[in-house]
Amino acid sequence: MELRGVIERINGSLVITRFEEEPKIGDLVEVGEMGLMGEIVRLSEKTAYIQCYEATSGLKPGEPVLDTGKPLVAELGPGLITTIFDGVQRSESTLWEIAGPFITRGIHIPALDRERRWHFEPRVEAGERVVGGDIIGVVRETEAVEHRILIPPGLRGRIREISEGDYTVVEPVAELETPWGERQELRMMQEWPVRTPRPYKERIPLVAPLITGQRVIDTFFPVAKGGAASIPGGFGTGKTVMLQQISKWADADIIVLIGCGERGNEMADVVTHFPKLIDPKTGEELIERTIIVANVSNMPVSAREASIYLGVTMGEYFRDQGYDVALMADSTSRWAEALRDVSGRLEEIPAERGFPAYLADRIAEIYERAGRVITLGSGERIGSLTILGAVSPPAGDFSEPVTTHTLRFIGTFWALDTELAFRRHFPAIHWLRSFTRYLDVASKWWSRFDPRWEEMRGKALELLEEASEIEETARIIGEKALPDEQRLVLLIAEMIREGFLVQNAFDEVDTYCEAEKQVALLRALMEFYDRTEPLVRKGIPIEKIRGLRVVPELMRLKERRGLEPIERAKAEMEREVRELEEEYREAI
Amino acid sequence: MVVEAGLIYRTTREIRGPLLFVEGVRDVAYDEVVRVITAEGEVMGSVLDVSRDWALIQVFGETSGMDLNVGVRFTGETLKIPVSDELIGRIFSGSFEPLDGMSSPLSTDVRDVHGGVINPAARAVPSEFIQTGVSAIDGMNSLVRGQKLPIFSESGLPHNRLAAQIARQATIPGREEEFAIVFAAMGIKHEEAEFFREEFEKTGALSKSVMILNLADDPPIERLVTPRIAQTIAEYLAFDLDMHILVILTDMTNYAEALRSISIAREEIPTRKGYPGYLYSDLATIYERAGRIKGKRGSITLMPILTMPGGDITHPVPDLTGYITEGQLILERDLYLRGIYPPMNVLPSLSRLMKDGIGVGKTRRDHADVSNQLYMAYAEGTRARGLVRIVGVVGLSERERGYLEFADEFERRFVNQGYYENRSIEKTLDIAWDLLSMLPEEDLIRIREEYIKEFHPSYRGRG
Repeated sequence: MELRGVIERINGSLVITRFEEEPKIGDLVEVGEMGLMGEIVRLSEKTAYIQCYEATSGLKPGEPVLDTGKPLVAELGPGLITTIFDGVQRSESTLWEIAGPFITRGIHIPALDRERRWHFEPRVEAGERVVGGDIIGVVRETEAVEHRILIPPGLRGRIREISEGDYTVVEPVAELETPWGERQELRMMQEWPVRTPRPYKERIPLVAPLITGQRVIDTFFPVAKGGAASIPGGFGTGKTVMLQQISKWADADIIVLIGCGERGNEMADVVTHFPKLIDPKTGEELIERTIIVANVSNMPVSAREASIYLGVTMGEYFRDQGYDVALMADSTSRWAEALRDVSGRLEEIPAERGFPAYLADRIAEIYERAGRVITLGSGERIGSLTILGAVSPPAGDFSEPVTTHTLRFIGTFWALDTELAFRRHFPAIHWLRSFTRYLDVASKWWSRFDPRWEEMRGKALELLEEASEIEETARIIGEKALPDEQRLVLLIAEMIREGFLVQNAFDEVDTYCEAEKQVALLRALMEFYDRTEPLVRKGIPIEKIRGLRVVPELMRLKERRGLEPIERAKAEMEREVRELEEEYREAI
Repeated sequence: MVVEAGLIYRTTREIRGPLLFVEGVRDVAYDEVVRVITAEGEVMGSVLDVSRDWALIQVFGETSGMDLNVGVRFTGETLKIPVSDELIGRIFSGSFEPLDGMSSPLSTDVRDVHGGVINPAARAVPSEFIQTGVSAIDGMNSLVRGQKLPIFSESGLPHNRLAAQIARQATIPGREEEFAIVFAAMGIKHEEAEFFREEFEKTGALSKSVMILNLADDPPIERLVTPRIAQTIAEYLAFDLDMHILVILTDMTNYAEALRSISIAREEIPTRKGYPGYLYSDLATIYERAGRIKGKRGSITLMPILTMPGGDITHPVPDLTGYITEGQLILERDLYLRGIYPPMNVLPSLSRLMKDGIGVGKTRRDHADVSNQLYMAYAEGTRARGLVRIVGVVGLSERERGYLEFADEFERRFVNQGYYENRSIEKTLDIAWDLLSMLPEEDLIRIREEYIKEFHPSYRGRG
């Protein structure tokens, strides 16, 4: 039901309005003569507090407000993939066509193109019984994605009519007869309120890691498909590049990339570079499976808040089609700041650092929408939604509220380190401060390549940890004064860092590392340690080990294509080690 | 300033710092420009909060000396300035009053100083390398056209000289296109502003520059509009007149302090060091106006300068700036005291857009690898320098000593250069290779072998 009201007061993005009757919290409203989009966030009898998604300058008390009676919904259907949306699901390409390169206020456009026709192929026949979640047909949305048209949750009945053909998203493709004899037209587009999680049948255990081709993630700190991860780091530590790398190479079917309060040029970068990259799995352009939400930092703050929910809802919708979806939110801190901004204007009593007391609940709500599920509908369709959230802690301080609360609700933590970034050690994920709770899932998966995978990984981490302790000592007495066994640990740690952990996102070969190669590299490095450690114990000087020609080669293997160079390096290592043993045989 | 007549209210009920609380107003818009009329003249302000019968106004000038009887006139307009090509070569105050003795600019084309938001879909990725002639920038933190790259400095360091040197030398190699400069000063000293004016005059840049000056003794709250006026002019010159614009904003810390004083006067809940929670978003509305637009020839490259109070990079202003800008150039007192100019610490410095601006066809194919290797080696060298303080040079391994020596030479020969020294990118990379050849070749693992064979001094001349 539509209601009318009049503006009483304007304070930044907050518009206080008096309605003729009581409206509902969460209703979408059109504010002022310009018809700016807003949402009711607080109610006091007939007075509504509206957070406005567009800049309010020029708005006057006394101007009209229209309550649409509907909450903020996402439109779901063919046309989502490859589109760039703003925080309230307006296509930015369409806005550009209508209004030029600068965003203009008060433009209302539907999220999905109403004119475009899609070829619909039925998957059920007239007479079949269907329930919410069932696939009634498919549309080839892009070369890489088959869009499965679902019966909206809650609906059931018998298909009366369905036919193949070219339809727009709002034309009926089928007709349903409900158990109560009502007829209902089915369209390809459905709507869903963004703040409500989409329903599923059952949550099920996570079974596979999300493979990203990034060694430090896949091998050391994997995230499971359906899990949640957080990536906090000060500015310049490489959050954005990392999330972009994952969105490029992750073995998910659908990628949702949310730029929430971040740089405009980063979004331009994604749009420019993704079409040039080819998905190693499908052979299609990476953009063909990607949805982008770009609500950049100088857009109105309150729309940032909506942008994350919008992205998650679109992600869930593809999960419900039986896909593995990976969602990146960059950055959740900007989203939290939007919460703080609105909360401050509502004069709520703040908890920590001005953030509202419900910050933790809101963070939990978002990460809890990640998961691996059996979807609604008959049959056992499985889909997953993985959520990766960047956090931008002020001053790089991980004890601030957004980081600490996020830690409680995620399974993998990639701690970015400023010192590493300074040395251009990228990805700057610190191996001692990061963690994963999905090791079991990952171990099972990786053991197909090497049954000793978990052991090798553990040993490598142990050596890195030991090295950092030794470095503490070296900082006091100098490396030269250390025993050779310890200096070997420092050497191997350096080799793991340079030869494995450091990965060049901008190198043609190194940007993506296949799982087999990750295992082979790790194995080669660990074998080097296993072979040389006894030599050092027998008294062969560390300088001799460091001087082996295979040492720099082992650190360069990552930039060589395929597995063959690794085998060659291992043979070379064997030969050099034998020579060394020969040379020192008498002394030993 | 475009100002239209309107009712004058004498119903101010409260004056609190820079804020006026006016009652009984009608038909006032949020963000509308206000003229406050006192015995001494007129001061500009704008509406911060408005209800049906009252309005809260921030005044961009001094409120001391005002009484509750001041006249307040609402202009019915948000803050707009006239734009035309006649702005080029002019000097204005921080609220756009002429300071050069000429008349106020007139134009039928008026623009809102808050500007619009560049649609992310319409943005073009900045990718043209700008040669600044400064090795520490070109070699390791390359600037590209349309980038926003701030200088983080401390009081007393030569950030103004560096900015002036960049403004003088910046060019796209192979093309004779120079930048026009839009310069905005916020709360800097007269002599600093004079330094820039003279520099621009010497190089002839003044005739194609626009200067907006709010100096240390000008009203602090005026600083809230100064950078916005500058960016509005820059947008017009870049996207209407197809010019390439370099915008220099100095000092953004003074801007943020003005924002803080308004916030405190409004009794808003502060976050860190008294700054309001919306400092990030507010700074973004200034910085994000830089860039390139698809289908437009011009560009805005932005170089904000800010002094870090106490040299603290975690201070909210540099911290939040770093999250918005595409990198940062950091000047350090330590290097300055050792006589290095520019005293730029490359390790915490960064250019995020460098990757798109360098390499084959832009600079040289070895550029990215060389830069990475320099970072790694210099980080290694500074680590060794830390060790020396504890164990002395004798306590270092031979390898560590090599890196220590590298770090010293790197600062002396690569970072350090003359104020009038304009190095080509080839020259910069050649110096880098000379320095890297001090290290064992097998340590150069961040550089592809083919580039080592091609550019390493020990292979040169071997064909």
